[in-house]
Amino acid sequence: MTETKEKLIEVNNLKKYFPLKTSLFSKNKQVVKAVDDVSFHIFKGETFGLVGESGCGKSTLGRTLNRLYDPTSGEIQFDGKDIANLNNKELQPYRKRMQMIFQDPYSSLNPYMNVEEIIDEPLEIHTTLLKSERKEVITDILEKVGLKKEDMEKFPHEFSGGQRQRIGIARALAINPEFIICDEAISALDVSIQAQVINMLEDLQSEMKLTYLFVAHDLSMVRHISDRIGVMYLGKIVEISKSDELYHKPLHPYTQALLSAIPIPDPIKAQNSKREIITGELPSPIEMETGCRFRSRCPFAKPICAEVDPQMKQVDGEHFVACHLY
Amino acid sequence: MGNMVKEKNSLLDVKNLRTSFNNGKAKMEVVRGIDFNVQKGEILGIVGESGSGKSVMVKSILGIIPNNAKVDAGEIILDGKHIENLSKKEKRAIRGRDIAMIFQDPMTALNPLKKAGDHLIELLTRVRGMSKKEAKLEAIELLKMVGIPSPETRVDQYPHEFSGGMRQRVLIAMALACSPKLLIADEPTTALDVTIQAQILELLKKLQKENDMSVVFITHDLGVVATICSRILVMYAGMVMEEGLVNEIFYSPKHPYTKALLNSIPRVDGEKMRLKPIKGSAPSLQNIKNGCPFAERCEFAMDKCFKEVPEYKRFSATQKCMCFLTGEGDNLDD
Repeated sequence: MTETKEKLIEVNNLKKYFPLKTSLFSKNKQVVKAVDDVSFHIFKGETFGLVGESGCGKSTLGRTLNRLYDPTSGEIQFDGKDIANLNNKELQPYRKRMQMIFQDPYSSLNPYMNVEEIIDEPLEIHTTLLKSERKEVITDILEKVGLKKEDMEKFPHEFSGGQRQRIGIARALAINPEFIICDEAISALDVSIQAQVINMLEDLQSEMKLTYLFVAHDLSMVRHISDRIGVMYLGKIVEISKSDELYHKPLHPYTQALLSAIPIPDPIKAQNSKREIITGELPSPIEMETGCRFRSRCPFAKPICAEVDPQMKQVDGEHFVACHLY
Repeated sequence: MGNMVKEKNSLLDVKNLRTSFNNGKAKMEVVRGIDFNVQKGEILGIVGESGSGKSVMVKSILGIIPNNAKVDAGEIILDGKHIENLSKKEKRAIRGRDIAMIFQDPMTALNPLKKAGDHLIELLTRVRGMSKKEAKLEAIELLKMVGIPSPETRVDQYPHEFSGGMRQRVLIAMALACSPKLLIADEPTTALDVTIQAQILELLKKLQKENDMSVVFITHDLGVVATICSRILVMYAGMVMEEGLVNEIFYSPKHPYTKALLNSIPRVDGEKMRLKPIKGSAPSLQNIKNGCPFAERCEFAMDKCFKEVPEYKRFSATQKCMCFLTGEGDNLDD
């Protein structure tokens, strides 16, 4: 993993609230607390996985981190500098250092641009290279992601889903970034293709010394690729741990429920395992109650859970959990 | 196929099913000669990647394929009766009563202008000939059966007031309203979160036992198959590559594609290893080449594989596989 353990990203008390459309005259403005007081850090060269069910705010957190959204409050330290309140111009040098790979390889590529133009766009904006030099960079990066030089002339519709995702990755890597946010980058791909892309991301990471934030709902894939994992529930990170430890010794009742809900691709184990199926569904993020957010579905809820919002506690080493049980 | 299993236990028999799409210029065969059967009271899993023809295959059985598609050949025998040549009207009578289907996307399968209960009431009055009053009471019962809390108020709510998991429950209630013999579930949990998926899988298992139905469960998720199915068909490019009991497929897979598929998924349990992907991507069905459809991506492919389609070989009363290599020893195991 990381030798130096230098932090590339450090997030402190980050909040992102979205106001709901209310009528002009209504008094109390309602907000959706998509990310609510989240703190964590990502070391240089590591892969940090972020898991949670849909609506838990994991994508919003990713997009706030690289300032696609403006944070409501809080700090985002990128390599020691707080970028949470920088304006567009001040952000420009940081944008070059962080890139994003999106979920849907069909809608994230402009159908009117060919592959060369797609990958050239960030190069044109962020570098001072000449056209001929840029072409060389594009040729190199295409080879790195397993596409051919001839593919430069082709348009996105001529590629399969997996190949399109490779184009998206090439676009993100062209300007030599340090930090990549993969937002459900493999969810839309077939099983056999997912493995191809994951292996490629791992190879590129060691080759280009990349740091990943890997946002996904597929827990087995997240465990595979991540060094450390954060589990999100309704805008909060409820547990952070090294990935192996999280799977062997989950502490938060939500993490436990989430892990036991994964269908195991092994019939005998699947039939013998006692699955703790949590009842109920994600409550609305608008009418947030006091106390722990998981308590309505938690089998171990105590009176204190309704009153006090549990804070992140260090249990041992690098294992943190926000729960009154610990 | 029929001689291997007791005929009387078979609910659905499909023989040599072929379906093609025609876009005006070219014909594209997406289901290329499929044989299988569904036993009474079993959950049969159909596994395949996108484009393997699994959805078109079951839609061909139900007669709900799009206008530019055509079933070219095949026999479909439901409970001893041939249904492949029935008129549209006769087929409609089978759907809902004998065979019901639930779809992947619970967001689009319900009419947003109709109350959840009205979907059920319409079905019950039309197919089971109930009065509106009886139907409403039965609708409440059905919603209760699929685990929707406070069904008395839910029955009068509109689809947008339901979450994804709850909508899928409404669809399951609709599918079961007329006690079908066969339920076809086309990726019913793919759009749902894992904790909700676990709830729905439990529910389907319970209802299958209670109502003694047969279920055909289409999915690309091998974990889901291992959890819920008793038998599996592995499809690739419109053909069945391998068929067997769930334990046979997971613990002694024969076909290189099945093996490769099992190797390409990460395990939650056990050691972390580098994944073994399958090279290349699924073939285009527009210009089908001769030979085994998997040959181009197969690491064991021989010259022969590119020239002719292999015959099925049997390994047990329940397991068969379409590959030249299998049967010649265990040199495939790595």
